Amino acid sequence: MWIYEKTLEHPVRVSRPNVKAAKMIITQYGGPDGELGASLRYLNQRYSMPTSAAKALLTDIGTEELAHMEMIAALVYKLTDGASCEEFKEAGWEGQYVQHDHGLFWTDANGVPWSAKYIACLGDPIADLTEDMAAEQKARVTYEHLIQCIDDPCVKDTLRFLWQREVVHFQRFGETLNTVQEWMAKSKHAWCGCDMKKMVD
Amino acid sequence: MDREKHMAILNRLLEMQFVAIELNLYLDTHPCDQEALNDYNCAVEILRQLKREYEECHGPLFHFGWSLNRGDEWQWAEEPWPWEM
Repeated sequence: MWIYEKTLEHPVRVSRPNVKAAKMIITQYGGPDGELGASLRYLNQRYSMPTSAAKALLTDIGTEELAHMEMIAALVYKLTDGASCEEFKEAGWEGQYVQHDHGLFWTDANGVPWSAKYIACLGDPIADLTEDMAAEQKARVTYEHLIQCIDDPCVKDTLRFLWQREVVHFQRFGETLNTVQEWMAKSKHAWCGCDMKKMVD
Repeated sequence: MDREKHMAILNRLLEMQFVAIELNLYLDTHPCDQEALNDYNCAVEILRQLKREYEECHGPLFHFGWSLNRGDEWQWAEEPWPWEM
C-alpha cells in the first residue's frame, strides 16, 4: 500500500520558464537513468531479496525515488508553464508540443520513450544490488551533466538536492551488498531463490 | 503574507521529514545504532506536531484516512497541488 503526501520532498522553484532546460531535464523523468526507472527497479527487486533489511531498503529507496520523480515532473511543469508553440520550436522541442501539448511524457532528452529494458531483475541479490549501485552512479553523473548545462540557480538547487540523494543511496546499497554477502557466507550456501526458504526451514 | 506563512511551516515540516528519511535509510543498514534510533523517534514526535499544525491551517497532508477533514467541505481536493506551489 502507498499513501500520497500532498507535498514535494524538497521545494521546487524556477526563476522563469525555460523550455530548453525542460527538454534536458525530462531525461530524469523517463530516461535510462531517470527516477521512474529507479523507483520501478528497486520496488520490483524486493521480492527476490534474501534478508528483511534488504527488502526494507529497497522499499524505502524505491518510495523515495517516486518522490524524486514527482520533483522532476514539477520542474518540467514549471519550466514549460505558459510556454507557447513558438517557444517550444525555439527550444527544438516542438515534437513534444505536437504530441503532448503541456502534458508530460516519459522520454529521455532525445525523445526516446521509456522502456523496461532500462531496468533489470536477475533474482540474484548480488547481481541486483550491484545493478542498483551502478544505477545510482549513472543517475549521479546525469545530474552533474544537467547542473553543468543549466544556468537557473533555482533549478540547480533542485538538481543538487537530487544529486546528493544518489550519493546517499549508493552508500546504503553498498552497505546492504556487504550485509547480504555476509549473510550468504554464514548460511554456508549460495542464495537460490525459493529453494532457500525450504533449506532454512 | 499567507503564502509566506504557509511556506514557512511547510519548510519546517519538510526539513524534519528529511531528517526522518535520512535516519530511516541509515537505520535500514545500521539497525542497532541506539543514538540513531533515539534521533528517529525524536524526529517522529516533532513531525507529528508539525503535521498537526500544518493541517489545521492548510488542509490534509494525507488521503485514504490518514488525515482528518476539518471543514464542511472535502478539503483534500482543494488547491494548490504540490507542483503548483
